[in-house]
Amino acid sequence: MILDFTSQLDYVWATLPEIILCVSGILVLLLGVSGKRDPVSGGDAASELPSHDLGYITLAGLLAAAMANGWLYGVTEVGSIGLVVVDDFRLFANWIFLIAAGFAVLMSFAYVYRQRLQAGEFYALILFATAGMMFMAGARDLIVIFLGLEVMSISAYALTAFNRRDRRSAEAGLKYFILGAFSTGFFLYGLALVYGATGSTNIEMVGAAVRSGAATPTLILFGIAMLAVAFAFKVGVVPFHMWAPDVYEGAPTPVSAFMAVAVKAAAFVAFFRVFLVGFIGAYAAWYPIVWWIAGITMVVANILALAQFNVKRMLAYSSIAHAGYLMVALAAANDRASAGMLFYLLVYAIMNMGAFAVVVIVGRQGEESLELDDYAGLGSSNPLLAVFLTIFLLALAGFPGTAGFMGKIFLLQGAADSQLWVLSIVLVLMTVVSYYYYLRVAWYVWMRDAREGAPTGELFVPLPMRFALAAAAAAILLLGVFPSGAMEFAQSSVAAVSAFPDALTSLIP
Amino acid sequence: MTALLDSVAYDAWALHALVWLPLVGMGWVLMATEDEARHIAFRVSTALFVLSLGLWFGFEPGTAELQFATSIPWIEAWGIEYALGLDGLSLMLVLLTTFTMPLAILGSFNYIDRKQKGFYALMLLLQTGVVGVFAATDLFLFYVFFELTLVPMYFIVGIWGGERRIYAAVKFFLYTAFGSLLMLVAVLYLYVEARTQLGFASFAFADLAQTSLSLEQQLWLFSAFALAFAIKVPIFPLHTWLPDAHVQAPTPGSVVLAAVLLKMGTYGFVRFLLPFFPEAAQHPTVVTTMIVLGVIGIVYAAWVAAVQPDAKKLVAYTSVAHMGFVVVGVFALTVNGLQGAIMVMIAHGISTGALFLLLGMLYERRHTRTIADFGGLGRSAPWLATAFVITALASIGLPGTSGFPGEFLALLGLFETHPVLGVVAATGVIFAAYYMLPMVQRIFFNALDRDENREVEDLSRRELVVLTPLIAAMILLGVFPNAVFERTEPTVRAVLERVEEATAAAVEIEPGLDMDITSDLPAEVVDPAGSTVDEGAVR
Repeated sequence: MILDFTSQLDYVWATLPEIILCVSGILVLLLGVSGKRDPVSGGDAASELPSHDLGYITLAGLLAAAMANGWLYGVTEVGSIGLVVVDDFRLFANWIFLIAAGFAVLMSFAYVYRQRLQAGEFYALILFATAGMMFMAGARDLIVIFLGLEVMSISAYALTAFNRRDRRSAEAGLKYFILGAFSTGFFLYGLALVYGATGSTNIEMVGAAVRSGAATPTLILFGIAMLAVAFAFKVGVVPFHMWAPDVYEGAPTPVSAFMAVAVKAAAFVAFFRVFLVGFIGAYAAWYPIVWWIAGITMVVANILALAQFNVKRMLAYSSIAHAGYLMVALAAANDRASAGMLFYLLVYAIMNMGAFAVVVIVGRQGEESLELDDYAGLGSSNPLLAVFLTIFLLALAGFPGTAGFMGKIFLLQGAADSQLWVLSIVLVLMTVVSYYYYLRVAWYVWMRDAREGAPTGELFVPLPMRFALAAAAAAILLLGVFPSGAMEFAQSSVAAVSAFPDALTSLIP
Repeated sequence: MTALLDSVAYDAWALHALVWLPLVGMGWVLMATEDEARHIAFRVSTALFVLSLGLWFGFEPGTAELQFATSIPWIEAWGIEYALGLDGLSLMLVLLTTFTMPLAILGSFNYIDRKQKGFYALMLLLQTGVVGVFAATDLFLFYVFFELTLVPMYFIVGIWGGERRIYAAVKFFLYTAFGSLLMLVAVLYLYVEARTQLGFASFAFADLAQTSLSLEQQLWLFSAFALAFAIKVPIFPLHTWLPDAHVQAPTPGSVVLAAVLLKMGTYGFVRFLLPFFPEAAQHPTVVTTMIVLGVIGIVYAAWVAAVQPDAKKLVAYTSVAHMGFVVVGVFALTVNGLQGAIMVMIAHGISTGALFLLLGMLYERRHTRTIADFGGLGRSAPWLATAFVITALASIGLPGTSGFPGEFLALLGLFETHPVLGVVAATGVIFAAYYMLPMVQRIFFNALDRDENREVEDLSRRELVVLTPLIAAMILLGVFPNAVFERTEPTVRAVLERVEEATAAAVEIEPGLDMDITSDLPAEVVDPAGSTVDEGAVR
């Protein structure tokens, strides 16, 4: 099928996965409210459609969107005038969002029930947020990125504050909302400046204007700076990371996982597209900023993570650190680095989701037992769960045999292609630091006995969660040993954001 | 024998089997019951040893070519291959691994009394990692295996270790990971450089070794690689993790750590540092630094060992001293020095492994490792005492045991190039007697004045089965060291040729010193210089 965007109907085809997600989101929402509500709990314990069914419907929606995403590979786009693009970069990113959303739903089944959350709204918001992410990844226009960003962010604010009975959740929601709104302001301001400087909001036309020097120099630099701030905020890199630990800690755990993975991934994908397609002509201007952000983020996040004894908060800092690793790929700005970014995001999504899933289980489907002490003796009481957790931790630490290692190697290769040796050394040194806090969890799990009076016995692991854990662990080991297929797939997906190497070499400071 | 091996196409699958069958065994152990686990692990590792004997008989001495070599593309986009192969050096180390593993497992039957399944599964995982390290001929694959060995060891020390096991495990892990991750950047640098020069991507040893690098590049890369391996070896002053890890690790953990894991570092010296960065490796500053550090290690570790009240810690420090001999042997950059270094690696693996097993047996009987708690065990447990004395003598390097030919050649190599340092290093042999023999005396010979010591049982049949092969190996290697030398010599010569090819600011290697004394050296023939030292040591 060929799309040229001369007919409005083409947009329907080009955004089919997003449309499916929105429709299923509305469906889940309607089904959720149509059930009779239990007047006491306010949840849907007594509704005609138990929350589990809504979860399965959500999964079906994600599956349908995935099929549409697969179908889009057969679609060719001509003319590149549409507001949305149909290219492999976008489609690869969509896989990451869908996988992350799928894991988030799988780990929410028991959580939603246990915490008496309104399942309809909860699942619908996840679907809407995913649709927003897809728009960010598939935008050819800054305005569309903004729309996607808002759809995603507002859903995420609501999800963060979703557990109304929990004060921390409400606090996190408010904090996230205020700071998020602030960063949106930066984005809009940057967008306006870029438009003023180049006369267009189309990323490709912006890119042409910047490369040819037609853009007004001061305006475009300010615009780039504003957009960089906005994106840095969303991906959560130092010094724009302050919100992340509090929000990740306060949000319901499946939501934290979803945000730490999917929201970050969406922001990164848009970040790469805007900077590598739109602003590559000004690489010399933004390269040092990205370089420093990457370096500082890796150092600060990893060192702060050392001080965390709450596992959820530790994972929050670890997600900031991983954002730092990914910024190295942006600083490298070459094809291999971009492919490495995609591959790493995919791997990161799986391993982080797995780790958070264990946090949900150990937290007894609630927000208790999040301290390291609560993990002591897990290896004796729940050996299989402990093995899974160990695999996820080793993967997050980037250990050989796991996909996390291959991801890091991919990023390092990208950095090597641009001769970023100092950043590479910072990356590996900080990896050593990260070993300490990941291993600390492993030593509590395996080498300590459960503390006095702690609840013992086997933890309840619902069936969808078992599936999620097994799938995540299998994927991590498989991608760790046989990464070739996924790597080549990532490599072939970055043509759209291909930097212009000859232009680049002269720009590298 | 060769015909038999050929008839089953041994060359084609043997190495793959040796690397991956332990993993299969690991699955088997995990599926078995708690009681069966150790027996399965022992059977699997014994079967692997028997299988690995074919390597010894099938190996063609007299060539530095890779044998049993196979390669399968693994990650084609980056030119990474799953490539295995053996030369003389890796052959000996693979055999050392497959030889020690079943003995370490058998020796741990009583020692490991909880979570047995997990323990034996990790031991087998460790075997996969170690054999992989020695057999890999692709740098990326090597790195993966090199790192992979950390995980099982971390858990073995951390779960089954002593009082301060977590501290020791984490220290071990972080130290080693620090070095190897910096090496990873160097590996990638070398890879990118090689890719530019060759025009294709490859991590194969042979391709990377061809890369021509400036002296400055070589020095940087050399430093990164050397740091990783020096931590692993360990070389003074990077050795501080070792006493902790050794003392805290359970017996089989110490055995494997001493016997094979340390060898990964010295293996890296010979395999990478010399052939990959030949100019850096013969840069006078580098050579002097490495040799001086090696000599400090020998002497310092001997002094520290001498005052240890804890027998296990004492033996741990002897490892540092022995590894010092390897380092000076390697950086003597002569055939004798390198041959001696390789021989010390193997001899140390056997004798120190046996010492740790023996200390484990003592610990099982008396639940203490403090030397002062023992005394007069020679009367209550004569066989145990005999085995210990033989092992201790082999560790000291008594002529006729495995310790002698290696240390002798390593020192000879050092004398040829750095006579003064050679003299200082040779004192280490005397100190070896100074720390080892008093320990033997205090444990086995002094008055039998404690009731607990009177009741110490002698070796059980299982323990005899563990120790006999080790003691046999000590004596065989001491009497027929040529069996090893003739297999490693071509490799050593190839490495040195590569070093000599490299011109530039290098040490002048005087031609006369590169003589070949290995092919006709019976171990009993005692060189005047060597004999004085060694007789002094025995006295």
